[in-house]
Order: sequence, then structure tokens, then C-alpha cells
Amino acid sequence: MAHLSSTIALEPTQDRTMILNMGPQHPSTHGVLRVILEIDGETIVRIMPDIGYLHTGIEKTCEAKFYQQVVPLTDRIDYLCPMTNNLCYALAVEKLLGLEIPPKAQWLRVMMNELTRINSHLVWLGTHALDIGAMTVFLYCFREREDILRLFEAVSGQRMMTSYFRIGGVALEPPLDFFDRVRDFANRFPSKVDEYENLLTGNPIWKMRTQGVARITAEDAIALGASGPTLRGSGVDFDLRRDMPYSGYENFKFKVPIAQEGDVFARYLCRVQELRESIAMVQQALDGMPQGPIKADAPKVVLPDREKMKTQMEALIYHFKIITEGFAVPAGEVYQAVESPRGEMGYYIVSDGTAKPYRVHMRSACLANLQLLPKMCEGRLIADVVAAIGSIDIVLGEIDR
Amino acid sequence: MLTPAVTDLEQLKDHPAVARLRSWNPAAVEGAKFDRDELSIYVGRSSLREACALLRDDATCPFNFLSDVTCVDWHPREPRFEIIYQLLSIPKKERVRLKVRLGGDSPGVESVTSVWPAANFFEREVFDLFGIRFTGHPYLRRIQMPENWEGHPLRKDYPVEGYR
Repeated sequence: MAHLSSTIALEPTQDRTMILNMGPQHPSTHGVLRVILEIDGETIVRIMPDIGYLHTGIEKTCEAKFYQQVVPLTDRIDYLCPMTNNLCYALAVEKLLGLEIPPKAQWLRVMMNELTRINSHLVWLGTHALDIGAMTVFLYCFREREDILRLFEAVSGQRMMTSYFRIGGVALEPPLDFFDRVRDFANRFPSKVDEYENLLTGNPIWKMRTQGVARITAEDAIALGASGPTLRGSGVDFDLRRDMPYSGYENFKFKVPIAQEGDVFARYLCRVQELRESIAMVQQALDGMPQGPIKADAPKVVLPDREKMKTQMEALIYHFKIITEGFAVPAGEVYQAVESPRGEMGYYIVSDGTAKPYRVHMRSACLANLQLLPKMCEGRLIADVVAAIGSIDIVLGEIDR
Repeated sequence: MLTPAVTDLEQLKDHPAVARLRSWNPAAVEGAKFDRDELSIYVGRSSLREACALLRDDATCPFNFLSDVTCVDWHPREPRFEIIYQLLSIPKKERVRLKVRLGGDSPGVESVTSVWPAANFFEREVFDLFGIRFTGHPYLRRIQMPENWEGHPLRKDYPVEGYR
């Protein structure tokens, strides 16, 4: 973030070009992204993303919190996929602690994580289509998103900032009818994806706005650090869930959708197929949900049940100790990466053996993906910038942290 | 349960990344650590960029993807800074972490943007929040903080309430 005058050399480089400022308050920049365009007529000569308008210093804040107090902060990084962030952080700390997570907690995590992916992709699809001019899709997507948010509320008490995954498991046992409600949603959802596809996939206007636009080759995508659907849309077959599985993803069967063209349409196809794969994984999780505890057997790390606290002295003591002093984590460092809806989300945590993390760093998939923007847009029209920004699915909370 | 970390370079010499770097220049590898299934290699400051290029173009296990660049401030210990590069091999599905130690006195290291253009924003962020200079970076300006900001917020000696 900077004052307009001091950020980037705002002088045109040629006689015939001019500078155009887009954002940070612009409906199609998905938050507070600022883009500076040098244009020759309608054609883009140079494009420069300017970020930092949402920088809140979360990494610094984490250093002053106990490990368990960081969980609610992780929700607020990428507010469209809170559970993916919870998961990544929890996995990293569990790796530092050497903690085993019971199967039911793992399966619950996978199920909620895939619902989160659907939730995030629905917001992406709705706003991306809205940017390009397809108004209806937005309303359809938010209709289903509302169902998912209700499920989140049922399981965690919150619609968006769930903090449902905790270090050592998940916060609460899901309510009684929860799995039935998820199954009901999972049965309905595939036909809804058909509805979106009916509106868009074969739509000639949609195709004209997206096919061949903002093309990126596989080599460029890898070199510039792209990940997730942005990478797979360029024909690179890589998905952390399948290739470097975590949290029990190795037990699930799913296809990784890829497309070869590397344009906006290819990325659209990848994400829409991911919607179908994710809901199939939710079904699998429901069918195979193991029985058992939802928290690891680690009394010094995991908060005890309220019931135990009222009857057992040790539980009360542990609860008091965790809340007031936190728990010490053995010194060391880990880098845990998960496949977020936007790509590789990674947490690098350094512990110095105390109850507060020495350093927490979040690898943001969007920050890396945003670097593709100049490659995508230079030489193309202004209207394509809007399509390109939508197609890399940025969330500024995650970019700026 | 946790197994103790392996820090003996001799025990780790069979790992492809360690072997590759040592066969190229034994002096470049200052140490290695295998902890919690993750391998870290300490690389000399002067050989970092070449080591990165070597690992990227390795024939058997090319680390073609730069996941992340970040920094840890060990103030007041010297060498104060550790720059951390998370490398990923997409074909082999392997990860390795390269580390460079830097002293607290005008810390700087060669930029790896010529190896992976992805390093551009990551290095700008480390420059912004830690004050590390990356020589050869095409556009080393603040990225998160305002241009006229004083200090580097993620340093351990930075006052949390800001300078008064």
C-alpha cells in the first residue's frame, strides 16, 4: 500500500500511451486490489498489481498468541475458505507436536474442507460471471452457498469464521441431524451444477469472453509459482490432495480435473469440475464416516469435555493450564501445505519450545497466482483484465494478510 | 511420537538434493537437518543462486517449483536472519527447504528471480517486512507496507506499538 504518487512510476513510457488506475475500490477487483494499467487506446501495454491495502499484520500478531489462539486468526486470512486455513494450521502444529488425529476427526475435516471448497468456488463462479456480465449465475450460486453456510453454522455456530478445526481434532461433535442435512445437500447439489453449466458452458457470449483470453503456458505457470486450478488449467496435472496427501485424503477416490488451453475458459472448466468432484468426496465421507472420538488423546493439548471438567480434577487442571499458559511445543520447524480452493496454501511455523509460535508464515496461493497477471494481460484489451482477475480467483485477505 | 532430528551431514548425504549440491561444490553445503520428515539444507550465502539453478535443472529430481520464500529473525543471536526457500518438485512430488544465514549488519543475498520469476513478490515481501536486500531483484520496493513506512515490522526488535 502506498500513496498514489509514490507507489509506481506513473509516467507513460511512450507518447501515445496513458496511465489508467483501476481499484482499489473497484467492483471487479474482488476486494481491494489496485491495478495500474498503461494503455494504448484499448490495448494494455503494461500492467502492475499494487497490493497491501488489506495488510493487517496477522503474521506478527500470531507471534504474541498461544498456539491455540492463532486458530481464529487463520479464519480471517482467507475468508472464503476458513476451514482450509484452520486445517493447514492445525496440521502444521500437529506435525510439530507429533500428534496423531483420530480417524473420525480426519474424515470430518475432509468433509468440511470439501464443503468449504464448494463454498469458495461458488463465490468465485458467481462473482466471476457477474464481472463478465452474466448476472443470473450469481444469484444461483449464492442460493446454494447459503445452504452451505447454514451447515457451517450448525456445526460450528458461525457462518463464516468457523474456527471449527482445532489443534488435535475438531471443536465439537456435529449435531444429531447434521449428516442427514449434508447428505440432503449432497444429493441436491449435482443438479445445481448442471444449472450453472447450462447457463455458462455452452453460452456463446461466455465463450467469446473467456476462450483464448488471458492464456498462460504450463512453463510460465510453473515458473511464476501458480498453483491450484490456475496451474491445472494450463495442463499441469498436480494436486496436493492426491499427490502429497494429508489428513486422510489418501482414502478418497477423486479425479483431478485438468484442461490444456490455459485460458480463462480452461480455468473455469477445472473449477466447475472440481465442484462435482468435491461433492462426490463429501458423499464418500458421509458413507465411510468412522466412529470414535473427534479429538486426539492428548490432555495437555486438547481442551477437556465440559462434562469431565465438572467431575474430574485433572480435567479441570489441564483446562486451566491450557487456557492460562498454553502448551509448549517442541522446538523445530515445519512447512505444511494443503490444496486450498486457490492453490497451494502453506503454513511455515517455527517453534522455539515455548507456548507461543516464534514465527508463523502463510504461503498465499493468490499472492503467487497474482504474478501471472502481467503475462496474461499485456497486449490484450482492458475488458480482458476483468476476466483475467476473476479467473485467478483472488482473495485479498490472503494476499495481504 | 517425534523422532529426533538428524543433523549429521554424513547420514544425509544420500538424499538426492544433498548429494547433488555436494557433488557440485562441497563448500556450498554448510549443513543439513532432517526433522519431522522435512529436509533443510543450509547453503552458503554466495552460492545460493547457483545452488537453486542447479536444483531446478537437476535431471533426476528437478525442483522446478518455488513454493515460498520467507525469513526468520533470531535477534539477538548472530547470524541473525535465516532466509528460507521452500522448493517443490512437481514431477517427483518431493520437497526440500534451502536456508541461508545472514548477519544482522545490512543483510542481503542474491535474488533468485532469475531462476524462478515466482520469487518476485515473495522477495519483495521479505524486503518489506524484514529489510533484507535482494541483489539483482528487478523491482525491490515495499509491497505490503506504505512506501514511507519506517522500519520493518516482522523484525523481532520492532516495537509492536510502532515507533513513537
